[in-house]
Amino acid sequence: MHKAVTIKKEGVPAVDLTKCRAILAKHTGATSADLIPILQQMQDAYGYLPQNTLEEITASMRIPLSKIYGVITFYSQFSLEPRGKHTIKVCTGTACHIKGAPDIKKKITEVLHIHEGETTKDYKFTYEPVACLGTCFLAPVMMINERYYGKLTTEKTEHILKSY
Amino acid sequence: MKHLKIPDDLSKYKKSLEAKHRPDTTRIFICTTGCRALGAEEVCKAFKDEITKQSLAGKIEMVETGCQGLCTRAPVLTIEPLGIFYGRATETDVPEIISRTIQKGEVIDRLCYSEAGKRIPYVRDIPFYSKQKKIVLKNCGSIDPRNINEYILRDGYAAFAKVLTSMTQEKVIDEIKNSGLRGRGGAGYPTGIKWEAVRKVQGDIKYMVCNGDEGDPGAFMDRAVLEGDPHAVIEGMLIGAYAIGSQKGFIYVRAEYPIAVEHLKIAIEQAKSLGLLGNNILGSNFSFDLDIKMGAGAFVCGEETALIASIEGKRGMPRPRPPYPATSGIWGKPTNINNVETFANVPVIFLKGSEWYKAIGTESSKGTKIFALAGNVKNTGLVEVPMGTTLREIVFDIGGGIPGRKKFKAAQMGGPSGGCVPAQHLDLPIDYETVKEVGAIMGSGGLIVMDDSTSMVEIARYFMEFCQDESCGKCVPCRIGTKRMLDILTRITKGEGTKEDIGLLKELAEVTKTASLCGLGQTAANPVLSTIRYCLNEYEELIDKKGSQSSTQQTPVTQP
Ligand SMILES: Cc1cc2nc3c(=O)[nH]c(=O)nc-3n(C[C@H](O)[C@H](O)[C@H](O)COP(=O)(O)O)c2cc1C
Ligand code: FES
Repeated sequence: MHKAVTIKKEGVPAVDLTKCRAILAKHTGATSADLIPILQQMQDAYGYLPQNTLEEITASMRIPLSKIYGVITFYSQFSLEPRGKHTIKVCTGTACHIKGAPDIKKKITEVLHIHEGETTKDYKFTYEPVACLGTCFLAPVMMINERYYGKLTTEKTEHILKSY
Repeated sequence: MKHLKIPDDLSKYKKSLEAKHRPDTTRIFICTTGCRALGAEEVCKAFKDEITKQSLAGKIEMVETGCQGLCTRAPVLTIEPLGIFYGRATETDVPEIISRTIQKGEVIDRLCYSEAGKRIPYVRDIPFYSKQKKIVLKNCGSIDPRNINEYILRDGYAAFAKVLTSMTQEKVIDEIKNSGLRGRGGAGYPTGIKWEAVRKVQGDIKYMVCNGDEGDPGAFMDRAVLEGDPHAVIEGMLIGAYAIGSQKGFIYVRAEYPIAVEHLKIAIEQAKSLGLLGNNILGSNFSFDLDIKMGAGAFVCGEETALIASIEGKRGMPRPRPPYPATSGIWGKPTNINNVETFANVPVIFLKGSEWYKAIGTESSKGTKIFALAGNVKNTGLVEVPMGTTLREIVFDIGGGIPGRKKFKAAQMGGPSGGCVPAQHLDLPIDYETVKEVGAIMGSGGLIVMDDSTSMVEIARYFMEFCQDESCGKCVPCRIGTKRMLDILTRITKGEGTKEDIGLLKELAEVTKTASLCGLGQTAANPVLSTIRYCLNEYEELIDKKGSQSSTQQTPVTQP
């Protein structure tokens, strides 16, 4: 749950704020209860939470940046860094664990040269673990974007990764 | 859609729907939720195309349902009125299913469920189904959850209408108390007593919250209910809201459940346009509005005070209780929180009466329980059984036993807060108390079967890793206790453990249990204590053998 956070001020490209402002405009009068939904929409729009969008949120919602960072770093769904085009979620839940998820994880690292929580250099894949996808009958399972891949073997995993 | 203005409108509306029902239509029920992962949507589309191609519309109808339970055979479909069950169907099977099974009534052997080499084509004969008692799951897998009319045809919202027109708040609560319903979220707290507490608190704003965070790895009951029968949860919430005097509700759903969110959104929209949610429902002075809150990936948010913080837009960290949410919940207002399955139990109690409900189950635990059966068992899937059913019946009669030539070793119940139930307790009738006595907990209903090749020490290490990772870090005993226990367990699984480690583990477990702030820390040591209790020899073997078992640390948990 706890992410090492590096707040880089320089060198981080500022993103175009059109989408960000459109989201904030939909939430005029938003209170702190809307912060998480707004961050979720922001992440949907940009794929991650760029620094300058957070500054916009601070200004428009009058919530201190430190509070916003506090929320972002608490929830594993949020990312402060650009993410890959495809997100691989590998289930590490109990059912998947006893059916060989550790081998699948090793295979992914072997094929993509990244560990859990990392993104490939070409920004093609972001790889993250998730505790139970709720499809334990398919164990071991992974999800790439919105698609499930069940009853995985190491060969199958390699084949699937290469098909992207 | 029609807007229902008085309670009578609901029954009239139902009659009008019944009049449209055509009994001679063959209906194909196909799960397009969990089974999506194995191509259910493609199969469904192939059916629809074929129906159009052969101009069979009106004769054959596709019903896209939620989970039908026997997930191991995914994608699954049931053909009614024939009562035939098919699994592992693909697009290429579609024309044959239509021409042979539907038009000629023949059974296609290769798609049938089979057990001990015998093919069982009819649902009623499949032990997996015939041994279950579906009360909460009665609609799940047999209606289209995206169509409120199908829910209404199954007496949906009739319980709520009855409550609204003929019962006082006190009477509703008495009925729930009399039914013996206990919370299905883990702790088993009596629902009626919880509702009564919130009702008695003064306040014009009260919140009704449904806990659909289901973070327990290996559990998917709530997901199935939300996806397969969302209106049952909404109706349960309506009845509860009426009883406690709440006008505003939230359903908190886990981020990883996109289909549940999608179905809930549709359900809420439809209930609103029919006038079953909103202001002055069915012409009464009761109003109730419902919103969905999406989780953002934090297991601890399933804990009620953390969940409240998360709804308020904060870091989801628990706080000490009291004050309980009943007196001070969301924004300091009285708040009632129940689990998804708890709410889904409510309508039937009012449809059939608390006496009927009470007759099911054991002395202390009434009704049924849904279990998510997974792990080393043949029929992985969703099962609902009366409280008091034995583990043997669940694992062997319903679950079909252990695959391969392996033996049953233990079932892990209650996930990271639970413990394992070993073979010697297979005949234990499962209810809240008995499970606790043997060192596990009922929990939310995850039931992971492990065969004799599973290393129990590795399982304990696995759960500790989970708890350590999910600990919010607010209180020291949980933050550091879980970390230290994980260090020791890792050491042992690597073959670097010492004799003292077991004593040290027990000591740490005790401290973490008594001193932690919330349930996460208080229960984190349970899997360790329970595996030490039943499988001490495995710990000792690893310690004695020093190093020789080093490969068990990450792989393979289950040896081939
Ligand atoms: C760490 C932790 C996680 C929990 N996760 C859930 C959950 O996912 N779903 C749930 O209904 N209850 C969960 N609970 C229990 C809730 O705090 C609460 O007791 C429950 O939602 C009450 O509903 P019930 O009375 O209907 O069981 C969790 C508790 C703890 C300590
Ligand atoms: S444990 Fe992997 S999907 Fe549940």
